[in-house]
Amino acid sequence: MTMSLAIDYAPLGKPLRQEASRDDLVKMGFMAVIGLYLIIALGAPLSIMLSKSFSTYRFDLAAFEFQVSDETGETWGAPVTADALNRELGSVTDSELATSSDGRLAATKFFKDFSFRSPVRYRIRGTTDDTAFLVGSALEKGTQWREYDSGTFRRVVLRPASSLGFDNFKTYFSTPALARSIYNSALMAAISTVVTISIAFALAYGLTRSCMPLKGLFRGILTIPILVPSLLPGIALVYLFGNQGVFKDWLMGYSIYGPIGIVIGSVFFTLPHAFLIILTALSVADARHYEAAASLKASKWRTFTTVTVPGARYGIVSAAFVVFTLVITDFGLPKVIGGQYGMLAVDIYKQVIGQQNFEMGAVVSVILLLPAILAFAVDRRMQRRQVALLSARAVPYAPKPNARLDGLCLAFCCLVSLFILGMITMCQIAAVVKFWPYDLTLTAKNFAFDLMDGGGWAAYGNSIKLALLTALFGSLVVFTGAYMVEKADGFRACRGVFHFLAMMPMAVPGMVLGLAYIFFFNNPSNPFHSIYGTMTILVLCTVTHFYTVAHLTALTALKQMDPEFESVAASLKQPFHRLFFRVTVPVCLPAILNIAIYLFVNAMTTVSAVVFLYSTNTKLASVAVLNMDDAGDIAPAAAMGMMIFYTNVAAKLIHALIARGLLTRTQAWR
Amino acid sequence: MNRRMLFLLAGAMSAAFPLIASAESQLTVYTAVEAVDLDRYKATFEKAHPDITINWVRDSTGVMTAKLLAEKDNPQADVVWGLAATSLLLLKTEGMLEAYEPKGVEALDKKFVDKDTPPSWVGMDAYVAALCYNTVEGEKLGLKAPTSWDDLTKPEYKGHIVMPNPASSGTGFLDVSGWLQMWGEEKGWTFMDKLHENISSYTHSGSKPCKMAGAGEAVIGVSFEFPGAKAKSAGAPIDIIFPSEGSGWEAEATAIIAGTANLDAAKTLVDWSVTKEANEMYNAGYSVVAYPGVAKPIEHLPSDIASKMIDNDFEWAANNRGTILKEWQKRYDAKSEPKS
Repeated sequence: MTMSLAIDYAPLGKPLRQEASRDDLVKMGFMAVIGLYLIIALGAPLSIMLSKSFSTYRFDLAAFEFQVSDETGETWGAPVTADALNRELGSVTDSELATSSDGRLAATKFFKDFSFRSPVRYRIRGTTDDTAFLVGSALEKGTQWREYDSGTFRRVVLRPASSLGFDNFKTYFSTPALARSIYNSALMAAISTVVTISIAFALAYGLTRSCMPLKGLFRGILTIPILVPSLLPGIALVYLFGNQGVFKDWLMGYSIYGPIGIVIGSVFFTLPHAFLIILTALSVADARHYEAAASLKASKWRTFTTVTVPGARYGIVSAAFVVFTLVITDFGLPKVIGGQYGMLAVDIYKQVIGQQNFEMGAVVSVILLLPAILAFAVDRRMQRRQVALLSARAVPYAPKPNARLDGLCLAFCCLVSLFILGMITMCQIAAVVKFWPYDLTLTAKNFAFDLMDGGGWAAYGNSIKLALLTALFGSLVVFTGAYMVEKADGFRACRGVFHFLAMMPMAVPGMVLGLAYIFFFNNPSNPFHSIYGTMTILVLCTVTHFYTVAHLTALTALKQMDPEFESVAASLKQPFHRLFFRVTVPVCLPAILNIAIYLFVNAMTTVSAVVFLYSTNTKLASVAVLNMDDAGDIAPAAAMGMMIFYTNVAAKLIHALIARGLLTRTQAWR
Repeated sequence: MNRRMLFLLAGAMSAAFPLIASAESQLTVYTAVEAVDLDRYKATFEKAHPDITINWVRDSTGVMTAKLLAEKDNPQADVVWGLAATSLLLLKTEGMLEAYEPKGVEALDKKFVDKDTPPSWVGMDAYVAALCYNTVEGEKLGLKAPTSWDDLTKPEYKGHIVMPNPASSGTGFLDVSGWLQMWGEEKGWTFMDKLHENISSYTHSGSKPCKMAGAGEAVIGVSFEFPGAKAKSAGAPIDIIFPSEGSGWEAEATAIIAGTANLDAAKTLVDWSVTKEANEMYNAGYSVVAYPGVAKPIEHLPSDIASKMIDNDFEWAANNRGTILKEWQKRYDAKSEPKS
């Protein structure tokens, strides 16, 4: 189509095809670069992690040989392997042979009558150069025979060898506490989803179908939770409903630490996401459907169930999957308020940071990846079946005043807003009180972050730097990538793969991405190894983590642009980059600004991916909240959380100002 | 204007020739000591040895240990100064430590020195298991302060005790390993079974139980003495109790990373770390230090803490850590059901 148009208007004799294909080559080059980015930043780390989950540690008994002397310590018996001894004694079962990288097995287990007082002497050696054992804490390796008296031999422990297999998964599922986390995580996510979706639907309904006042204000309040890390509702809940909580009695003896806290906190931080999606779904309404329902004398309830809900059903399903995925993959909230209730995301952290068991961390990651991918796939399928609700002849729906409904909606919005503002206010109070609950005088000492664990004010500075860099490079990469997907002609297959890669980050939990980055980038033989522990890897990880939503925003904006622009540019023999910078970017500026602020806000609040990747020089404010809470310094943690909140509010205001200023300049044509 | 130019030139020169400006060595030192102590340690050492500069890399014990292990094939640190001895033993068993006998090490208490000769690590100070008891909340509930570990299993404390999870916290592990060493496997696990009935939650970090007790979120926090003293100074209504049976403990210690390019400077630092002067410096935060006779009492802490310390076998603890944690998780993690 584009081609034929170009030829129609072309002067004769010019090799137009050449011109177009050079353009295409440049485009293809861009696409390759951004595709490569997604492979390095997402595909490769994830596949390395998958392989790591199969990397197991086992005691290889055949690799150890023993010799035992008689009572004189002079005459030696024949060499015998630990494997042979174990087959005789059966002292170590097969499941005990599967271990972690830190595994140790006492050598005395293979000698039934062992006594550390006996004059018998022992020799031990490996059959390969890598076979390792410890004498006390000294490491010995190799095929050389080593001789010990029985008192020393008591201190000999064997070390495992690494191999490949399903042992990690077997260990995982045979450890009840770990396997139980799957059920817990799914249950919490399911309950939170139902609650959040109901509340979000009611709110969105009130804002679109009633004539209640103050809609703009509520819309603003309801999006506040996006501006704070998910740890903050956890901290607020401790102060509100903890054992010294203001409203402790409301729980009637139940503890906030555990499922109750997880659900309330999850509803808090997922509500804006669900609310915004359902709001969009409900705002697209055709008044003619309602008129038809009214003329058929359908009751209000019937109209609601047959017109309103079906019209928004794709939005509801979409929102449900977003909430489910957010809850099951969130790590900050259950870490603070989860108590003894095991959740998958926290298990990864415990395995890796607590026990340095990276392999088991990878196993939990693989398991956590499954439900998220499933939710994502189902959601995609549903989206594809969505049909256009709004035809050209649609009449926008305008609600009519109804005192009872309006009052009810207003009351409900007030209630939810009170809940949100209450949580934030509680954190604010906690941040400025001297010693809760015994000394309630005001103080600024909780803001003296340099005296606490976590990284001090430098961490706050780093966070702002990360957020700015992420916003800058992220918008650049994402928008260019989306442009290639939407506007490049040809290479259908290429664009399909690219689009798939761009959609994938949505299904990858932050913890999983962070852990995958350790495995991939912390390998000395990786050419990108040098970015490990720097700000660069944090920016890379954060851009990738939040790629999908930004990509979709850019895509939507680009789809609104008429493809004729490309044709006209081609016919005027303008290279695509001139069109891109002179027309596409200015027209899409509002969308680009939205992407930038989205990336900024999320980079300020994210914990899950970066918690494995920060180094001493690149500590972050959000991670500091986690670490200070971990150390029991809850008030400073709340204070740092509030700093993140203030910063994000300020960023939003600046964004609004810039957007207004730029819009009057660049969007006058609208 | 001219003078300013001169300054700029001098600045540029020293930036261009850092080696001429100073013939000093730089040491990358990994540590887990409290953030507040870092500047003081650095300043005191650099005053004694102006030719060596310390560059700290600090994080919590668990993260630091994970970091060191992750860098096993390509170590970035020259020295570790202030990490749990159990963690250093883990590094030793991976062959990551350079054995070195610091000058004057014989003056230290034997408990604080690696048993092999030459030693792979030398201790600085100890943190000792202790209970933090909130007197205000205790009184509200009509409880009496516990005096021994055994008291903690009394039914009246049900739901009022928090302790660190030994799988994620070094303090939690020193408690568990302390009980098992004091009483033997059988009695130790029976005690923990009963204690588990009274625990309201297991925290991730070792200082949090004490701070939770300080804030009244719990009545009794199983923790160690340092955060207790700190919370009390901040105004927490707590008593710091050392159980009568004795307490498990952990040493903070120093070691040289094998393969360091700055071996001489590293040895100088380790030599200094065992001096009397250094131990006096540790004493500002820790009531038990490796150099006998140095320690002065610390506010809010009794002066005889050293006598509460059990005879800790670090090697046994390190080599049995995996087995103990597996057993612990089997017994208590699975039972960690929500209370509701």
